[in-house]
Amino acid sequence: MAQITLSNLAHTYAPSGEQESDFALKTLNHVWQEGGAYALLGPSGCGKTTLLNIISGLIMPSHGRVLFDGTDVTGLPAEKRNIAQVFQFPVVYDTMSVRENLSFPLKNRGLAGAQIQARVALIAEMIGLEDILDQKARGLTTDAKQKISLGRGMVRESVNAILLDEPLTVIDPQLKWELRTQLKSLHRELGHTMIYVTHDQVEALTFADTVVMMHEGRVLQMGTPESLFETPKHTFVGHFIGSPGMNFLDASIEGNHAVINGQPVPLGANYRNPCGHTQIGIRPEYVQFTADGGLPVVVRHIEDLGHRRIVHAELERSPILVSVPEGCPFDSTMTQVRFIPEKINVFTDSWRVEGETF
Amino acid sequence: MAKIQNNKAWLLVLPVLVLVAFSAVIPLMTVVNYAFNDTFGNNQFFWNGLGWFEEMVRSERLHAALGRQILFSGIILAIEVPLGIFIALNMPKRGFWASLCLVLMALPLLIPFNVVGTIWQIFCRIDIGLLGRGMTALGVDYNYTNDAFDAWVTLIVMDVWHWTSLVALLCYAGLQSIPDAYYQAARIDQANRWDIFRYIELPKMSGVLLIAVLLRFIDSFMIYTEPFVVTGGGPGNSTTFLSIDLVKMAIGQFDLGPAAAFSLMYFLVILLISWVFYTVMVTRDAGGDS
Amino acid sequence: MSLELQGVSQVVDGQLHIAPTDLVLEKGTMNVLLGPTSSGKTSLMRLMAGLDKPSTGRILSSGKDVTNQRVQLRNVAMVYQEFINYPGMTVFDNIASPLRLKGQSKADIDRTVRTTAEMLKLTSILHRRPLELSGGQQQRCALARALVKGAELVLLDEPLANLDYKLREELRAEIPRIFEQAGSIFVYATTEPEEALLLGGNTATLWEGQVTQFGSTLSVYRHPESLTTARVFSDPPMNFIAVGKAADALSFNDGATVHVHDQWAGLPDGKYTLGFRAHHINIGLSEAVGSEFQAAQLRCTVVAIEATGSETFLRLRYGDAIWVAITPGLKKMAVGDSVNVWLDVTQLYFFDEAGCLASCGDSVV
Repeated sequence: MAQITLSNLAHTYAPSGEQESDFALKTLNHVWQEGGAYALLGPSGCGKTTLLNIISGLIMPSHGRVLFDGTDVTGLPAEKRNIAQVFQFPVVYDTMSVRENLSFPLKNRGLAGAQIQARVALIAEMIGLEDILDQKARGLTTDAKQKISLGRGMVRESVNAILLDEPLTVIDPQLKWELRTQLKSLHRELGHTMIYVTHDQVEALTFADTVVMMHEGRVLQMGTPESLFETPKHTFVGHFIGSPGMNFLDASIEGNHAVINGQPVPLGANYRNPCGHTQIGIRPEYVQFTADGGLPVVVRHIEDLGHRRIVHAELERSPILVSVPEGCPFDSTMTQVRFIPEKINVFTDSWRVEGETF
Repeated sequence: MAKIQNNKAWLLVLPVLVLVAFSAVIPLMTVVNYAFNDTFGNNQFFWNGLGWFEEMVRSERLHAALGRQILFSGIILAIEVPLGIFIALNMPKRGFWASLCLVLMALPLLIPFNVVGTIWQIFCRIDIGLLGRGMTALGVDYNYTNDAFDAWVTLIVMDVWHWTSLVALLCYAGLQSIPDAYYQAARIDQANRWDIFRYIELPKMSGVLLIAVLLRFIDSFMIYTEPFVVTGGGPGNSTTFLSIDLVKMAIGQFDLGPAAAFSLMYFLVILLISWVFYTVMVTRDAGGDS
Repeated sequence: MSLELQGVSQVVDGQLHIAPTDLVLEKGTMNVLLGPTSSGKTSLMRLMAGLDKPSTGRILSSGKDVTNQRVQLRNVAMVYQEFINYPGMTVFDNIASPLRLKGQSKADIDRTVRTTAEMLKLTSILHRRPLELSGGQQQRCALARALVKGAELVLLDEPLANLDYKLREELRAEIPRIFEQAGSIFVYATTEPEEALLLGGNTATLWEGQVTQFGSTLSVYRHPESLTTARVFSDPPMNFIAVGKAADALSFNDGATVHVHDQWAGLPDGKYTLGFRAHHINIGLSEAVGSEFQAAQLRCTVVAIEATGSETFLRLRYGDAIWVAITPGLKKMAVGDSVNVWLDVTQLYFFDEAGCLASCGDSVV
């Protein structure tokens, strides 16, 4: 286990790229604490896989340094860094048995037979592979194969970090729940530093203690799942986190209330004359339908998800989504919406502004 | 996967069947006819039963040719398969050099067999051939026309030059289908080069490799044109392989009965070996995943 | 136009791929095939399209038997998980290709392509080639091609599976609205229950080659006729526990008993499997509220906690069973904690020993 430090790290695939647009990864300083569970979240092409491959040593960064416990490893190749990686598609050695697959990384490092056996048995038990240990890996189901990949990553005790590159993409939704739970308990019991790359916000938020939200090669926000959900620093974070994402409405801000289409909306904090393009952001979960005392909306259509309904509405021609939980009253007389003041975020030019609480 | 059943489609095959009947089945039947009969000309045939077959099975001349044939195929496979894999592993994966390699590798495959024979026949002549004269100039006692060993070496080098590309290209295609993640995982697992080959590359290309071995085996087992052009089966009978012997027997000596029996047995041997390969391939696929 | 499957089955090399299936799909409907990987979704679609011939049964299109008609003669369009476009053509030509095959006039083609492109937000990239586009745009192009064809039957085989989460969300919201206008029969295969709910329409649940239930999406979700359907159509997975009912008491394996709510009074005594969804486990209630609330109280151990910001996902152990519970807000709990949970008794499903639904909450019947 190790603390991983990224110092002035940046990467461009263009050989002589000096323009900012050439950079797949823009300058970044960060410390990954020992034993932490991190998620790198972002859409395709946001640079998250590049960053992961730089940490694992599969890509040499064009700028900056990577340090493991203070030692510079920037120039070290993947095999010398003592890290483990799990890929999007299961990578197993087809001709080996499950047991041989799991012991392979240990055997290559010259561990004693008894030690290998004990460790393999422990890991197999934790991931639920003990019944098929002596089967050939070829011909197993995709989720069993992905468990093997996961197990090969976990099997080394001394590993500096475990990097997971969208490991649940090929798994059926119901099985994801089981694998996620196992991943969590592995992290808790083995205490490895884990970095999980994904485009799926649910996977990121549920796995990580700290989520790093990336967009166009830049880190937009880093924080707990709760802070990304409640107080996104950038409108893109608000849009990307949550399903559906945050609603954004153009508004002018006057102290402790916002004005939308001439109507005042109370805010949970005081804002001093923010300048630029101002918007308020409110999550569909924090919008409530009401018969009176709110902003008038026109309901366009309703998606019923069983445990909640997503109502697509329009507020003066801006679309607004409302999440109505199962059992919550909602009928055609409710044509107005109200926002929970404490849950409203204010953005100027796409960046969140901090209000003064009163 | 179930395909749509439509029996009318068989009619479309009819022209091909007729063509095959004329070009293959009828000649084959003539051969069968010769194999079981004796003739003294004038289209008069006498029933000989399995006589020719018995004679051929006991023929020392045939045993010697078969021995040479197996030895030749064995050496060819032992050199071309590992060499082909080695070349495929070391070819550039992408970019300009990959394309250039592919074109260069494909060139020998495009040359007609008799041209290959002629090229090497001239190339190796000690009076005008570049290789032959070069070897002689270096003091090597090389003459494929009167030294059996030299003749063998020449034929093997020629075949390797001509056909290794096929093995290499097939393996290369197999290797290209392996996702990068496998190599990255292996590096992280600290697998050495041999392990990567043994556990990733070999299993992933075993399918195409089997096809390559089958093709090379059949081709080399039936080889005729190149040795005929280069050595004509000599010196003596040292490079007289099965097909050359067959031609000598049938056309040279006009022993049509024995030659017919011989060619039928030859055909059955190749069929048997191909079937063995096919069975191995099918059972291997059934044991594997999709 | 309607598509009707009568006792259609498929057996390949002695293996049953599709069990005899009866289905009627009506014009202008969205029909979701929901099931896990290799449950037969793609096989069933291929049978519908005419790419494969059924081993038994008949396929009727508007009442006409088309079982032996080749796929080329049927008016079918298909969109795959992979983004399949002609790489050498521009987006415009890609969308126009089915129209050109029909021999439409240049002006007509131009008009149709442009309206479809507008609908799928492709207008600004009509001159570009598919490989220069993002995955989402490539799939939009493939969808547009399927749409302009004006096919009577449009088959979509997990079309969003290879897209990013957010893009998937966006397209998923658009698809039903786009297809509403087209008026064809749509068949959409997916592994995700949430996707089926978002698409609405009808859903057929598939399990091991068998259509276990077919009906309007919400009715199948709310009223699964069997354990298998309930399992297939629940994400998070439905929670199960064996119970015995005797008179007005429900007894659990650990000896706990709860009073049976009046609602279940008519249920015959016997052994049942009780099913309930993750959203119907309550954790936040205090003891006092719990007794007032129509709930069954059980004691569970926390196995895993996941927070999404708005909700907390819990994995709970009760005896041998592992359950998933979803509660709003953040819960301060640790793994290994013992917690009291309440089951919302109005939202229970009782499955009998054969796995058939015996009774479920009144709000859902």
